[in-house]
Amino acid sequence: LTRKTFKGGVHPPDNKASSRGAAIEDAPVPDLVVVTMGQHLGAPAKPVVAVGDGVKRGQVIGEAAGFISSNVHSPVSGRVVRVEPAPHPLGKPVTAVAIENDRADAAVDGYGLPVRWEGMSAGEICAKILAMGVVGMGGATFPTHVKLAPPKDRPPIDTVVINGAECEPYLTSDFRLMVENPGGIVEGLRIILKATGAPRALVGIEANKPEAIEALARAASGLSGVSVEEVPVRYPQGGEKQLIKTLLGREVPSGGLPLDVGVVVQNVGTACAIADAVAWGRPLTDRIVTVAGAVERPANYRTRIGVPAGALLERSNLKPSARKIIFGGPMMGLAQYTSEVAVTKSTSGILALDEVDSSPARGCIRCGKCVEGCPSGLVPSMLSVLGEAGRFIQMGEWDAADCIECGVCAYVCPAKRPIVHYIKRGKEALRQARAKGAAK
Amino acid sequence: MMMELLLGAGLLAFLGLIFGAGLYVASKKFAVDIDPRIEKIEEALPGANCGACGFPGCSGLAAAIVHGGADVTTCPAGGSAAYKKIAEIMGVGVVERPAEKAVVHCAGREVDTRFNYTGPADCGSAALIQDGPKACRFGCLGFGDCAAACPFGAIGMMGAFPRVDEAKCTGCGRCVESCPRGLIAVRPASKSVRVLCKSRDRGKAVSSVCKAGCIACKRCEKVCKFGAMRVVDNLAAIDYAKCTQCGECVKECPTGSIIDARAPRGTDVEPVKAASAGEVPA
Repeated sequence: LTRKTFKGGVHPPDNKASSRGAAIEDAPVPDLVVVTMGQHLGAPAKPVVAVGDGVKRGQVIGEAAGFISSNVHSPVSGRVVRVEPAPHPLGKPVTAVAIENDRADAAVDGYGLPVRWEGMSAGEICAKILAMGVVGMGGATFPTHVKLAPPKDRPPIDTVVINGAECEPYLTSDFRLMVENPGGIVEGLRIILKATGAPRALVGIEANKPEAIEALARAASGLSGVSVEEVPVRYPQGGEKQLIKTLLGREVPSGGLPLDVGVVVQNVGTACAIADAVAWGRPLTDRIVTVAGAVERPANYRTRIGVPAGALLERSNLKPSARKIIFGGPMMGLAQYTSEVAVTKSTSGILALDEVDSSPARGCIRCGKCVEGCPSGLVPSMLSVLGEAGRFIQMGEWDAADCIECGVCAYVCPAKRPIVHYIKRGKEALRQARAKGAAK
Repeated sequence: MMMELLLGAGLLAFLGLIFGAGLYVASKKFAVDIDPRIEKIEEALPGANCGACGFPGCSGLAAAIVHGGADVTTCPAGGSAAYKKIAEIMGVGVVERPAEKAVVHCAGREVDTRFNYTGPADCGSAALIQDGPKACRFGCLGFGDCAAACPFGAIGMMGAFPRVDEAKCTGCGRCVESCPRGLIAVRPASKSVRVLCKSRDRGKAVSSVCKAGCIACKRCEKVCKFGAMRVVDNLAAIDYAKCTQCGECVKECPTGSIIDARAPRGTDVEPVKAASAGEVPA
């Protein structure tokens, strides 16, 4: 019996075999880490250290600048050598704090010491999460404290969804975390349930990860209201709106958020980071990164933020045939032009590709494959044609803003049209037009 | 036979008379008064419907001038000839509005690319990918969004670099909005000394990627006798209220990023029109 799931989607080859067996290993910490202040969605953090300052592991080096923002902490102990713009995975250089590692790993007081959080109020938990710099680790890096404290006018949260779908090809970082540290994820889930007051939680894991389902089911067995669910393998099952549809049958309205249907979705990595932050006093300064593709030794590294991609690729023996480096997965990831760019809180994988399809895009033939595939129920063919013609306002009328940029349309397009690129362009133009309208 | 023909013709003539009378009555009774000046003004306007005035097309502006109290010089693309005609139609004195032209504030024709960009061939799309494929993150991307946006065909692409034909440019400003780098500004045509760079990077970073960029050496600031040059945010800026266009900064600039548009420059650039008076910088 197959479970009902979201409309659309595709089954790209998952290519996870090479790294799914690779147990998490600690990546060596280089002599210099470059920690960008743009570790999250929203305003980059404001650096609060200066060149020459000594810092300890876990010390705040960047403070949240605004409501949608978060703190950034030092991943090592050492001395600040530079505070200046550095390459960022999203492209635009962002202010970064470069720290010379003294290899003492001296940490701030309270680091790694257990905290009794059961007595904390929801507000205290959210404040702690902000202070510890926890953001969504599934890729979007939305500050977690904002997500857990919904505005008063929304319906109450009745379900917490823990997202362990990991539908992107190649990536196995969440899988390894679920297999190796299910206890941490469950502890994080308990904190989320406490903070949101939700009575139940569902953990959604794709059916191709039976070990993860088993491990989490065992870890969560004593908890009432928590159930681990197997969900069909289909990209983008890990999109939060898609996972809500699969698990609960609820449709997040156009332009809305999971909050509008009483749900909060957190990635398994985020749950683990919440446990670390709230229960163990450890700010978010590391994460699991899958290195796969055109490398001799695919691996899952536990690596500190601020470690350059080049160091990890070197450790995995990058093949000389590699032609493209991608941060994230092949469907949604962003190609990088320099291996200097450093790991951030959102870097789930670093992928090297040796085959790059650079055949030119052609005109839309109206075959409708993208329309069938779009999990958001949009008409990507129309959006791409409008985007090509620069008709951005009409793109807004065709609901470009509801695009989750999953890449299914571009993946299935027989004319190789860069549909997501056109849509991103349209969204950017609409954003600018809105900003201009607001300024007037 | 004859009878049927006559009957048909008579019937049609009768119907025609009735409908004609109906139309006549309707045209008198439901007539909308259109100010004849609107049509005349519309004729005087450039007719490109570029939207630079903020009204819905040239007819929208014409109506606004007649009924909405819009100024006769509202059309940025019109130029003094059009203003004069419109002022005549409206029966008011005309205030001269200096002619304005678009200026592309970048001279980085020879800037390396950082990566192979294969996405849609327009500047807006290219700028989204890693801040654009050009080594200079402030400079011209060269896909010609400005040329495509120009309703007057005044911007041409020469070797992936825009070139404003000042004879055709009306200063409407459509290109200003089209440039994702914000490189284009509309300036009074009489102000011919310009800084052709928008890079706010430090001098060393600029010179590592572009030979023609402003390296913020402040020599222009020192040489200017009128205090019109200021280097702000690693970029030279001209205060046109103080600038006398003496050309000292143009001579002093080591990278040639300050130019005098009256003088021919460079080897690969033919001036749009034969340069009028003015000294040739060394």
